[in-house]
Amino acid sequence: MRFGLGGRIAQIVPTLILVSVLVFCLQQLMPGDPALVLAGEERGDPRVVAQIRAELWLDRSLPVQYLHWVGNVAQGNLGYSWRTRQPVSQLVAQKLPVTAQLGVMAFVIAVLIGVPTGVVAAVKRNGPWDYVANAIGLAGLSMPNFWLGIMLILLVSVHLGWLPPSGYVPLSEDVSQSLATTIMPAFVLGNAIAAILMRHTRSAMLSTLDQDYVRTARAKGLSEMWVILRHALRNALIPVVTLGTLELGTLLSGAVLTEQVFSIPGFGKMVVDAVFNRDYPVVQGVVLVTAFLFVVLNLLADILYVLINPRLRRA
Amino acid sequence: MRRRLLTALCALTVLFTAPAVAQTLRIALREDADILDPTLARTYVGRIVFAGLCDKLFDIDEKLQIVPQLALGYEWADPKTLVIHLRPNVVFQDHEKLDAAAVKYTLERHLTLPGSFRRGEISAIDHVEADGPLTVRIVLKAPSAPFIAQLTDRAGMIVSPKAAEAAGKDFGLHPVCAGPFKFTERVAQDRIVLDRFPGYWDASNIHFDRVIYQPMTDTAVQVANLHTGNIDLAERVIPSDVAEVKRDPKLRIVTSPALGYLGITFNLGNGDQSKTPIGQSARLRQAFDAAIDRQALVDVVFNSMYVPTAQAVPSSSPLYVHGLEAPPRDIDKAKALVKQAGVPTPIPVTLMVPNTPDQAQLAEVIQSMVRDAGFDLKINLVEFASSLSAANQGNFQAYLIGWSGRTDADGNLYTFLKTGMGQNDGHYSNPMVDEALDSARTLNDPAARVAQYAKMMEQERKDLPIIYLYQPVNIVGLSAKLTGFRPVPDGLIRLQGLSVTK
Amino acid sequence: MSAPRRLVVARFLRRPAAVAGLVVIVLFVSVAVLAPLIAPFDPVATSWSAIRKAPSAAHWMGTDENGRDVLSRVVFGARASLLAGVVSVLIAAGIGVPAGLLAGFSGGWIDAVLSRLVDAMLACPFLILAIALTAFLGPDLTNAMIAIGVSTAPRFMRVARAATLEVGSADYVQAAWSIGNPGWRVAVRHVAPNIVPPVLVQATLSLAAAIIAEASLSFLGLGQQPPSPSWGSMLNAAQRFLTQAPWLAVFPGVAIFLCVLSFNLVGDGLRDALDPRGS
Repeated sequence: MRFGLGGRIAQIVPTLILVSVLVFCLQQLMPGDPALVLAGEERGDPRVVAQIRAELWLDRSLPVQYLHWVGNVAQGNLGYSWRTRQPVSQLVAQKLPVTAQLGVMAFVIAVLIGVPTGVVAAVKRNGPWDYVANAIGLAGLSMPNFWLGIMLILLVSVHLGWLPPSGYVPLSEDVSQSLATTIMPAFVLGNAIAAILMRHTRSAMLSTLDQDYVRTARAKGLSEMWVILRHALRNALIPVVTLGTLELGTLLSGAVLTEQVFSIPGFGKMVVDAVFNRDYPVVQGVVLVTAFLFVVLNLLADILYVLINPRLRRA
Repeated sequence: MRRRLLTALCALTVLFTAPAVAQTLRIALREDADILDPTLARTYVGRIVFAGLCDKLFDIDEKLQIVPQLALGYEWADPKTLVIHLRPNVVFQDHEKLDAAAVKYTLERHLTLPGSFRRGEISAIDHVEADGPLTVRIVLKAPSAPFIAQLTDRAGMIVSPKAAEAAGKDFGLHPVCAGPFKFTERVAQDRIVLDRFPGYWDASNIHFDRVIYQPMTDTAVQVANLHTGNIDLAERVIPSDVAEVKRDPKLRIVTSPALGYLGITFNLGNGDQSKTPIGQSARLRQAFDAAIDRQALVDVVFNSMYVPTAQAVPSSSPLYVHGLEAPPRDIDKAKALVKQAGVPTPIPVTLMVPNTPDQAQLAEVIQSMVRDAGFDLKINLVEFASSLSAANQGNFQAYLIGWSGRTDADGNLYTFLKTGMGQNDGHYSNPMVDEALDSARTLNDPAARVAQYAKMMEQERKDLPIIYLYQPVNIVGLSAKLTGFRPVPDGLIRLQGLSVTK
Repeated sequence: MSAPRRLVVARFLRRPAAVAGLVVIVLFVSVAVLAPLIAPFDPVATSWSAIRKAPSAAHWMGTDENGRDVLSRVVFGARASLLAGVVSVLIAAGIGVPAGLLAGFSGGWIDAVLSRLVDAMLACPFLILAIALTAFLGPDLTNAMIAIGVSTAPRFMRVARAATLEVGSADYVQAAWSIGNPGWRVAVRHVAPNIVPPVLVQATLSLAAAIIAEASLSFLGLGQQPPSPSWGSMLNAAQRFLTQAPWLAVFPGVAIFLCVLSFNLVGDGLRDALDPRGS
C-alpha cells in the first residue's frame, strides 16, 4: 500500500467530487428539458416553463448550478425532489434501509452459495462435483435478473401462492412479513453474485492450493481439510473479500431492475424513475450517497486486504 | 351523563352495523403520484389520490354531467359572472370552516402561487368575490363555456387557507382539504396512506377507515397482487390482462370510455423537420390516414377493447360530433392519393414514439399498414422525457402521442389545434379552425358548440395536422367483494359509496 | 506466454464442458451469420390473423404480438445480442486494459488520477451510467453497445491494475528488474502475459454481463429499434403477455441463457488452459 490509511481517507473527497461532476455532466448531456417534463400537460404554456426554469436555477450556467448544489450539500442540504417536493435527505433515509436490507440478504445468500461451491469445485477439481458446482454458479450468472424475477413471481406467487408477489414490509413492522417480501428479490440478486463469488473462490483456491506454503503444509502431513481451511481458503478469501465489497456496488445496479420487477421501494427504483422523470436533485443525491457508501466499502476492502494478506502487511 | 350514554350507544350501533371494523382499501396505481398539492399537481395518478383527499366544488357523473359536491349549485348572473352556492357546514380536515372566503383564497392561490399549474386552466377569471359566507361570485374576463368544467377537477379543489398559508410551497407534503380521507403518510414509490376523516360532510357514504395507494409499475405484478388479494382495486388494467383477471371468480372488471385519445401529430411548420413530403402535403397525410386500419389496430394491440376514432372529443361527451366516425381502411384511395401527390415511393417518414411496449407495438402495426401505400415508416423510439423536448423544438416529423383528456371538449382541442398554442407542436395554423375554436368557447348552448366543432373538424380532417387513431377505455380491475364502484369517464376512483360485502 | 499455444489448445480440448460451450457458440454464431437462410419466416413479416399463437408445427416457437414467427425472430435476434456482447466488451477492454496496465505499472500520480476516475465511475451504479449514456446518445443498438462498453471499462482497468500489481511483486518480475531490464521490457515481456488470465476471466464475465445488459436496456426500451428483433427487445414486448403467452418470454430468455452460459463455459476452459500454474 503506497498510501497510509489517512491518505486513503483523503482520497474519498476527490473521488466524490469527481462523481458529482460526472453526474452533473451526464445530466447536462441528456436530452429532455426537465422543465418541460415538470410542466407535464401544461408544457404548452411558455410562461409556466420559464417560471419552472427560473425557480430551479435551470436558467443559470452549469458551473453556477453546480456550485449552488455543492454549496448546499456542504451544508448538509441535498435539496428537494422536483417532482414531489420531498427533501432528498428524507427520501434517502426512507429508502436506504430497504436497499440495505435487500443487499445484506442478497450478500448472505451469495456467500452461502458461492463460497462453499467454489471451495468444492477447486478441491474436487475436474471431478463431477466441480461440474455440478460450476453448473450452479453458471446458471445463476447466465440468467437476466429481471427475467428470473418475473419467472419466480409467476411460479412461486401466482401458481404456488407461497410468497407475496411484490411490495415491501419494513423489518421494524413485521419481521416475518418483511423477510417474506424480500426473500425472492434477495435471491435473484444474490444468485448472480453467488456465481461470481464461486468463480473467484475457485480460481483463487486453485492458485493457492499450488503455492509452496500449501504444498509444504501438505508435505508436513497436515490433514487435507485443515490445509484447505487454514491455509488455502484464508488466502483465497483475499480476492473474494475485495470482490465482495465491489459487488455490493454492482448489487445496486442489479437492484435497479429487480426492485422494479418486485415493486420494492428502494434506491434502485427511485433512481431509475428519477432519471426518466429528469428529477435531477434525486439522481444527484442518490448517486452521491451510493458513491459515498461504495468508496467507504472499498476502503474497508483495502484494510481487510492488508489484514488478511501477511505478505502485504510486511511490505 | 345521559348524553354521554347516548353517544356511547350510538357508537356501539355504528360498530355493529358497519360492514366491518377497521376496513382498509388498497388501490394499485400504475405509477407514483407527484406532489399532493392541488395547485402544483400535474399527473393523472395524482388526481386519483386527490379523489380520496380533496373534494371539489363540482363533480362529474357517468354521463359527464356536472353535479354538486362542495357547491350545491351555480347560476350565471350574466355571461361573465358565475355565482356559486356553497354547501353549508363543511369543514376542512383541520376542522377549519369551508366558506366563501376559503374558496376565494384557493382560487387566488391557483392564480398566484409560483409554479401553479392551475393558472392556465382558470386564466379566464378576472376576480373572485365572497358574497356572504356561502356565496362566491366569479367574474370572468370574457364569457367562457368550458370554465365551469375546470371546477370539476383540481382547480375546483378547495384547500384549508390556514394550513396552506402556514405551509406555503410545502403544502403538498401535508395537504389539508375537505375530502373524505385525510393525509397520514407518504413513502415515495411505495405508498400513500389516507385515514378516514370523521368530520367529512358526506361521512355516511364512506365505508373504509383507511385507504392505501400503492404504485405498481409492472402490470404482471399488479395482476398477481389482484389474484392474491394483496390489493382490492387496480386503477388501470392493460387490455391484454383483462381475460386473465376475468378468469378469476374473485375478481371483476369494470370499464368506461375514457376522455382522452391517441393520435399522430405531424410537423407542418415547426423548424426544418417540417420540410418533408408528408409535412408539406395534406394529400400524403390523407393517404397515410386511409392506409391505417384503425379497427385492426385496436384489435391487435388492445384486444379490441379500445375504440377507433377520428376526432379528439370523447364519444361520452355531449359535445361529441356525431357523423364523424372512424373511416375504414381504403388502401386503393391511399395509393391513388400518393399517386396524385406525385412523390416517388417509398416515401420516408420518421415516427417518434415514446418507448413504452404498447406504443412500440402500435408503431410497428402502423408501419406495416402504411407500407402498402408506399410509405417507408422509420420508428424512432425515444424516452418520454426526450420526446417532449423534441416535440417542443420541432425535432420530429411525426409524433405518436396521446392526451389524457379533459371533461370539457375544449381541453382536448384548443391548445392542440389553435394557431400558436402551447401544445400545437406541429405549428398547425388554419384561420377557419381558429375562428371556430374561439367562437365555441363563447357559446353556452351545447348544440351551437357542437356545430362549431363539426365545422372545425371538417377542415381538420382535410388538413390532418393530427390523425386521431383511437379512444382508450378505462379498465378497472377489482375484488368481486367491492360494491358501489362508479365508472366515470375521467377514470378516477371515487370512494363515496364504495364498500365491501362479506 | 508461459505455455506454448499448442499446449493451451490441447488443455482446452480436454474439457468437455468448455468444448460443448464452444460448439454452442459456434452454433450461435453460424445461426447469426446464416440467419436469412435458417429462419423459416421473415422476422418482420406481420400477420394479423395469427397473433400470439402457441407453438405449433408451422411455428415451432409460436407467434408474437404482431403475428411474427418467434423462431425467426430468435434466430435474427442472435445477431443483435452477439454483436452487443462482443462489441461492448471490446470497447471496454480496449479502454480498460491499457489504462490498468499503465496505472499499475507506472504508479505515482498517473495511478492516482486513473484510480480516482475509475473509483468515481465504479461508484456510480452501472445501469444508471448505461441508462444516462444511452439517453444521451439516443436509444438504439449501437449506442447501447457504446454505453455498455464505456460503463464496463472501469472493471477491466481495475482487474488489469490489480493483476499488474500482483505480478509486479512476484519473484520472477523482481528478478527481471534486478538484472537491469528496462521498464517497458518488464511490462511487455513479464507483466502483460501474466495479466491475461484475470483479464480473460473478466472478459468472460463481461460478455455475459454485456449480453444481459443489452437485454436490460432493451427491457427498459432503450435498445434495438423496432421492428428488428433483439432478445432483449423481445422480452420487453413479452412483458405484457406473460400469463397469456409465456412462450414470448421463455424462448428469448432461454436463448440469452444458453448463449451466456456457453460463453461462460468457454471462458472457464480458456482460463484453466491458459493458467501457467495449472496442472
